[in-house]
Amino acid sequence: MRRIITMTVNNRPGVLNRITGLFTKRHYNIESITVGHTEIDGVSRMTFVVNVDDERIAEQIIKQLNKQIDVLKVSDITDQAIVARELALVKVAAAPATRQDIYTLIEPFRASIVDVSKDSLVIQVTGEPEKVEALIELLRPYGIKEVARTGTTAFTRGAQKAGSNQKTAFII
Amino acid sequence: MAKMKVEEQAKTKARMSGSLMLIEALKAENVEVIFGYPGGAVLPLYDELYKAGVFHVLTRHEQGAIHAAEGYARISGKPGVVIATSGPGATNIVTGLTDAMMDSLPLVVFTGQVATNVIGSDAFQEADVVGITMPITKHNYQVRDISELPKIIKEAFHIATTGRPGPVLIDIPKDVTIAEGEFDYNQDVHLPGYQPTTQPNHWQIRRLVEAVSQSKRPVILAGAGVLHANAADELQQYAEQQNIPVAHTLLGLGGFPADHPLFLGMAGMHGTYAANMALYECDLLINIGARFDDRVTGNLKYFAPKATVAHIDIDPAEIGKNVPTKIPIVSDAKAALQELIEQQGKPADNAAWLAQLNEWKRRFPLHYEPEAGAIKPQKLIEMIYEVTGGEAIVTTDVGQHQMWAAQYYKFNRPNRWVTSGGLGTMGFGLPAAIGAQLADRSATVVSIVGDGGFQMTCQELSVIQELQLPIKVVIVNNQALGMVRQWQELFYDKRYSHSLIPNQPDFVKLAEAYGMPGLRAKTEAEAAEVLKQAFAIDGPVLLDFHVCADENVYPMVAPGKGLHEMVGVKACEELSQ
Repeated sequence: MRRIITMTVNNRPGVLNRITGLFTKRHYNIESITVGHTEIDGVSRMTFVVNVDDERIAEQIIKQLNKQIDVLKVSDITDQAIVARELALVKVAAAPATRQDIYTLIEPFRASIVDVSKDSLVIQVTGEPEKVEALIELLRPYGIKEVARTGTTAFTRGAQKAGSNQKTAFII
Repeated sequence: MAKMKVEEQAKTKARMSGSLMLIEALKAENVEVIFGYPGGAVLPLYDELYKAGVFHVLTRHEQGAIHAAEGYARISGKPGVVIATSGPGATNIVTGLTDAMMDSLPLVVFTGQVATNVIGSDAFQEADVVGITMPITKHNYQVRDISELPKIIKEAFHIATTGRPGPVLIDIPKDVTIAEGEFDYNQDVHLPGYQPTTQPNHWQIRRLVEAVSQSKRPVILAGAGVLHANAADELQQYAEQQNIPVAHTLLGLGGFPADHPLFLGMAGMHGTYAANMALYECDLLINIGARFDDRVTGNLKYFAPKATVAHIDIDPAEIGKNVPTKIPIVSDAKAALQELIEQQGKPADNAAWLAQLNEWKRRFPLHYEPEAGAIKPQKLIEMIYEVTGGEAIVTTDVGQHQMWAAQYYKFNRPNRWVTSGGLGTMGFGLPAAIGAQLADRSATVVSIVGDGGFQMTCQELSVIQELQLPIKVVIVNNQALGMVRQWQELFYDKRYSHSLIPNQPDFVKLAEAYGMPGLRAKTEAEAAEVLKQAFAIDGPVLLDFHVCADENVYPMVAPGKGLHEMVGVKACEELSQ
């Protein structure tokens, strides 16, 4: 099962190493990580997408992360109302004959062309990972030369639906 | 507390070098002893140690220093302090850090580092110690600026000793130990990401009280958490109030008196029949401060299959990690037990259960076959128990001798037992005895080690001799790596691959070379005689006991088996004694 875990951490040297090291030690598989500053000085936000076998391991991950001194807060937000976004850059082969097709194709995805060269285009798309996935699949027949994806970054929406499953780190 | 004297307060704000700050901080933390080994990167620090006249034990290898600090921490309850130099000094303490991490021992370890301007250049004696030790410390730091040093040391002591204890490492570049800065050790520790829960949730406590009252076959599994929380009295009071039998993990031994009628013995791979069957048959399992290690549970599929599991642990991550838990109580063991006692719940209706357990205890005791003339290792432990009146601090390595010591030395009070549990470190017992003796100067300390593990840290005999610590070093000498040999006998068709060591050195001469008496025994009668001699000497003695080489540790739960599938269990009527 795929879980989205977000956390805030002290922005100290080695903190990313600490977290990824923990995943290695405990044998958890990371699908993606994003890290960046937050509104608070010295605090960074990390978003992990992990694949785990069951709930128990998901719970263990949260608890182990929580034990890290530099981790301030951890939440598994998978089952909450969330905003999850990813950015991808896709370099696709584009001969003059297919160029117009590609323009039309990407439009419903609200993707944009950010670089044009003689025989290729670079397309930028943002959105939920499934949407990014879908666009890449549609572009594949044209000949994808390179893909760079940021991985998912996410947080919870301002308003949560009543009864949404709030996952907290402790089971006291 | 008395108000701080004005001059002391002034001193804590003074400008001083990083090295002196470290010394001042250690004084403020009431550190009585440092275990360490000097080297290039810590020269400025050792210079201040020299001037300050702090009690420092120079072990003969950094591994000895850290195991000694572990032994000190286990017995004193205070953090063990270690200093090692950069590079090889630091990498030599990796085993000890892992050992302390696994067994939750509080340590504050200082490592030297090359100067900040050459970090990352593969400088002489440089190693990425923070990177190397990240997964094997509770937390670690590299001090990048002198201004951070006092705060970091204060945090390190706080983190090492609170919550679930563990080792904290501070890596200090050489230039930081020389640089000057303002020393203020009165700041409060502020760690928003570290707020251990120490008080139990009342609702969960009430659920446990209710579960006990409904239970017919309750059992307590008590681990080292009871000892770390200083909760042995509360454990006994609670067990007696509720009439619940108690089994111990290896590391928990001494938390509950071994001669108490409710005591079932040690559980696990080499546990007693009564303890293991109690865990298998119980309907309510109350784990207090144990982490359901695989050596305790055996195959999880068959572990406590009929039980509701309650787990009291200060580390929330241990609850539900290996065993699904119905009643989770995140708390210090003492606080939880106190509240359970106060609740005065209705005790379980468990007369039939206790009768059954007593029958198992009586009928299937620990046993061994006596052998005329030879020294049975189990008998040897019993003899040591007798000669020390059951009051000694016992330290061990890992392996057969460790299991025999755990089985046959009956620990009746806490903090008498120092062993490497989680990591299972050979070479632990001898240096750990040094730390244990320094933590309790008046105690009788017996270091029971195997002939294999002894040789991994035997250079520390030098320290024992130098400080004239009256430690009795007992080598259970079977000319083999006994536990490896046992597994090869049982599971590898007696192919003794590299586990037999028939050409061990003359350990008696070795002792003499280190300036201490050495005694040897090859028969039970000789053993009795040399034990008497050794314990009459008020000083260190090494004893080399040639025991039956092919003796195995039983009973045993083979790997992959459940606790109820023990081998080597015999009913008392089948025993020849």
